[in-house]
Amino acid sequence: MSLSNDEPTVAAAPSVNTSKASPSSSFTLNGKPITFQGGATQRLSVALREKLNSRDVKVGCNAGDCGACTVLIEGEPVCACLTAVGQVQGKVVDTLAGLKENDDVMKLLLRSFLVHGAAQCGICTPGMLVSALHLLRQTPYPTEQQVMDSLGGVLCRCTGYRKIIEAVVNATNLAEDTKSQEERHSVNSVGESFQRIDGIAKVDGSDEFGDDVCPPDALVLRLVRSPFHKAVFRFGDLNAFLERHPGIERVLSAADIPGANLFGVIPPFIDQPVFAENTARFKGEAVAAVVGEASAMASLNLSDFPIEWVEESALLDPLLALQSEDNRVHDNADKNILCHGLVQKGDVAQGLKDAHLKVRGSFSTGFIEHAYIEPEAGYANRVGETLEVFGCTQAPFMDRDSLASIMNLEPDNVRIVPTSTGGGFGSKLDISFQPFVALAAWLLKKPVRVTYSRTESMQSTTKRHPSKMDVEIAVDGEGRLTAYSFEGVFNTGAYASWGPTVANRVPVHASGPYYMPNYRAYTTGVYTHSAPAGAFRGFGVPQAAIAQESLFDELAYSLNMDRLEFRRLNALDNHQPTVTGQTFESAVGIRQCLDSLVEPWREALNDAEEFNREAQASGSALRRGVGVASGWYGCGNTSLANPSTIKAGITPEGRVILHQGAVDIGQGSNTVIAQIFSDALGVPLNQVDIESADTSITPDAGKTSASRQTFVSGNAAKLSGMALRKLLAQRAGCDSIHSLTIDAHLCTVRPVDGDAITINLSDMQINNQGYVLMAEESYDPPTKPLDENGQGIPYALYGYAAQLVTLDVDTALGLVKLGRFTAAHDVGKAINPQLVEGQIHGGIAQGIGLALMEEFIPGRTDNLHDYLIPTIGDVPPIDTVIVEVADPHGPFGAKGLGEHVLIPTAPAILNAIRHASGAVVRDLPATPDKVLAAIQQSKEIN
Amino acid sequence: MSLTSALQQIAVNPIQVLAGGTDYFPALGESAVPDYLLDLTKVSELRGIRITDDGITIGATTTWTDIINAELPDFFKGLKEAAREVGSVQIQNAGTIAGNLCNASPAADGVPPLLALNASIEIASVDGFRRVPLSEFILGPRSTTLAANELVIAIHIPGLSSDARSGFYKLGSRRYLVISIVMASVTLLANDAGELCDVRIAVGACSAVAKRMTELEEVLTGQSIQSDIESLVKPEFFKELAPISDVRASAPYRTNAAYEVVIRLLRSTLAALPQHGISTGTRTWVGSAS
Repeated sequence: MSLSNDEPTVAAAPSVNTSKASPSSSFTLNGKPITFQGGATQRLSVALREKLNSRDVKVGCNAGDCGACTVLIEGEPVCACLTAVGQVQGKVVDTLAGLKENDDVMKLLLRSFLVHGAAQCGICTPGMLVSALHLLRQTPYPTEQQVMDSLGGVLCRCTGYRKIIEAVVNATNLAEDTKSQEERHSVNSVGESFQRIDGIAKVDGSDEFGDDVCPPDALVLRLVRSPFHKAVFRFGDLNAFLERHPGIERVLSAADIPGANLFGVIPPFIDQPVFAENTARFKGEAVAAVVGEASAMASLNLSDFPIEWVEESALLDPLLALQSEDNRVHDNADKNILCHGLVQKGDVAQGLKDAHLKVRGSFSTGFIEHAYIEPEAGYANRVGETLEVFGCTQAPFMDRDSLASIMNLEPDNVRIVPTSTGGGFGSKLDISFQPFVALAAWLLKKPVRVTYSRTESMQSTTKRHPSKMDVEIAVDGEGRLTAYSFEGVFNTGAYASWGPTVANRVPVHASGPYYMPNYRAYTTGVYTHSAPAGAFRGFGVPQAAIAQESLFDELAYSLNMDRLEFRRLNALDNHQPTVTGQTFESAVGIRQCLDSLVEPWREALNDAEEFNREAQASGSALRRGVGVASGWYGCGNTSLANPSTIKAGITPEGRVILHQGAVDIGQGSNTVIAQIFSDALGVPLNQVDIESADTSITPDAGKTSASRQTFVSGNAAKLSGMALRKLLAQRAGCDSIHSLTIDAHLCTVRPVDGDAITINLSDMQINNQGYVLMAEESYDPPTKPLDENGQGIPYALYGYAAQLVTLDVDTALGLVKLGRFTAAHDVGKAINPQLVEGQIHGGIAQGIGLALMEEFIPGRTDNLHDYLIPTIGDVPPIDTVIVEVADPHGPFGAKGLGEHVLIPTAPAILNAIRHASGAVVRDLPATPDKVLAAIQQSKEIN
Repeated sequence: MSLTSALQQIAVNPIQVLAGGTDYFPALGESAVPDYLLDLTKVSELRGIRITDDGITIGATTTWTDIINAELPDFFKGLKEAAREVGSVQIQNAGTIAGNLCNASPAADGVPPLLALNASIEIASVDGFRRVPLSEFILGPRSTTLAANELVIAIHIPGLSSDARSGFYKLGSRRYLVISIVMASVTLLANDAGELCDVRIAVGACSAVAKRMTELEEVLTGQSIQSDIESLVKPEFFKELAPISDVRASAPYRTNAAYEVVIRLLRSTLAALPQHGISTGTRTWVGSAS
């Protein structure tokens, strides 16, 4: 059988088994004929990204579960990761990069995505756009349902999909570009929904993520990971392995690490090795790395890596771990306890005893995976005595310091250059891929890259803490809260990560935004042989809110009170102490959030009543319910310093450069920080250029977590803008500036009093950083430590939220169909309302997942096939109510938002399920089987 | 490439077969791709739907999108509905009907509707052809009767009165890209007297291999479509399913949901049957067999 004329097979079986000829594949890529020589069985996604310079095609799962790699083959959308290159022989393949140049409909779509804010991190955007183009070619004016059916195969973890739907529905009849671009010339940009300033790259496929930046000759690194939850291991003959595999340059393990084989995020609790030594403590823990040339690594089968495993009995259940005397995850952790957290005030025991009425309940939630569509990826390079690491991250300076310690280098000899980050949500605060490529590049003196597979990403990076919570709440005869008791066990997995933060944050927040005179919340962080649990949007607060808000409904039912009224009665007010004894003069916004739901609540209740009457009459199994829940969240670190520093300068040519180190992981800090800065300086946003985070050029703006960037880095940006403005005033010789304009090298300053003064910037002295004027300012929120009872000032400010949801429960199948959300969020001041909405939508989508479908089970749901996150068909319309109760500490009054958005979602859903069907689900997620079982149970009780 | 050539290749080499790739590549994971694969999508004669003298033949590499777009008799509604529920548009554009069967997942979307169409599998090798009923083709999870030197070349669906109607229901925890917790398909035909004369009910994801609910079918056969059919559907008929408990649902839930889903499907499919006694109309037959 001849290879040449029987081309049909992807690679024809050779008649003589000695030839490994790679027949070439010819096809048309983005309008150009190309010939690919690299082997016809290769995945098309790999060929496009690695050989054909099409890194606009993103890979999120390599299994058809996420759709990020969607391309058009002969005009039809398919996953490039499920297609062999040989299968496109003679065919036409189009990717976003080509379509944006050649296709007018795609040009409309790009604009619509930009105008509607339909891209956040941007990693799913190419797949969304290509899928949407196929729809619009057939159906120029699609319905919402048609959009959902067409885009159902592309997962997004940031946007909550609603703005994507809007963007596609309106793409072909988008009104002429709104004035938003003109308004960027205005000097008042705070409060305006400007398109994200990094938006074009996010929608045209040119944005570069962790796996998009490595040099072409980089060596490839892959990790050998534990196949067991707990196992001891011993390496075999590594030299023989290297000899067997030409092209493999090195095997790395703990013994190769020059510094400490240790990392973590909270200094007293640093306990995680880069490579496990002797014993692996969770399934997926790295024990060794193999580094080699790309071609050798591509054909490497890691199953023949010489290692012997002996599986040992693993502790997976946190309650069993707490009782275990001899089986310890860490030798020094008695009963596997990581730490405790406590907040108490008043006399809870007495409060419960004196109660008019009390309720109690036990709740549990599982591991939740962040499921950003970008798996961890990046590369490292050694430049002389400096180590450079490029890749996705939420915390470049923490990465730098961790790598310095691991590599035994000075922090100044480590440079972290964050790429765009394709979603983070907390997990990319911890280092993951960085030390492996850093070590390899340092020792081999060559660039080394790594790309986590979806399964590696899910198995080895941090998760939301599973929780087991016991709560008891008491009220007086009028329905006022009198006592609240919370005990929670939080499973931190094999390593501490942010476990102590969760243990501390939960007691501070477990009350919700309500006044509680007698309160005790006690948490225990416990180790198990599971993937480490760390930071995930809310640090344990969403779990605690599920318990608190579910029992609030129980109380309201028992009191025969309206459930929203019960919350309004008990909402925290200004001048009332929080559970840590802190009071606020003016900034508590929960009442305004709840008040804004009164009207939608009445309407929704009436609608549900009518619907259910008809359903009952017609024999339908559907029942409609309405749920409400609140949340609050302290912005910034808990009682710990967490300063941000922002630098800005003006060049002799009149360019204003903002060194914006607050990593934008999709939430929009590049835009928000620039809006705050430009207003403080007094120039239009479009005159500000951004230098994004790079530890060598931007000062430390802290980590992107704890909903702190708008608040903390925003304040630093505001101070920097004001400082620059003051420098200009000094230069102009005036006390106070009324307005200023910068036109090329001429800056015209108009004082409050007197005539305009023109400063010729090109005449000024240039400093060593190229600026004629420069300012660098820091901001650290004012907090006070918590005492042994958890009393103190943990945060300078809190943000507040209340959400309402309507849904239908199919009472015969336990299925839940969400109807509509009304989300009221007190953000103090919406710096960019469109980005605020984007956060709310995305948070609600994650809350939906937490409530209804998500549970990471180590070794079982470690892919996006079995671990379900909401698709475009699972997020209903969301009405947003932006509440602005200004906080005196916030820049222009702004409060943080990133984490608040998902705290009320899951409990609101659970409360609506109960209202609709009587089902009380307290062990999440509320999958159909659990909902149905709970319905049957409630029928038995009643 | 011709089918003959493909069959010759697998007769001499134990080469892996690739079609839509939607199961092959996920199963491969991060392992190295093999040097050689036999790409059946290059065998043009294996793709397409044609009406033959004994029914309808769907070529092995016909994609789910092909099935959605094909003009087919009303009783293919269940199969079309299943096709729309396979993964996503991306998966439907690449995934093939024979691939879905050969992959032999207990939750394969194509199996219940094809069981309810009495489908059989046409298999070829260099030694000749054979045809196996679908119910005998899949032996268990990831296991079929296909020998190493054989290829599935088509799915054959026997002719049926154009008065027959079918339906499909997939129950999962989210809207798109979801593996079934339970799914079912029914095909119904009533005679001129308004009695059910052909009843086929298949349930998937509730046993190692999707199966027909033969006892229930027998009970319903002969019943008037005007009678209270639903009351004849008892939970006991579903006890034989023996589903597993897994992350998607508990076993008791599955059994109960199968019962509920079948009732709903019967309700909607009965409602879609032509109303006899009101107007007889004309009757066409697809294929020569009845």
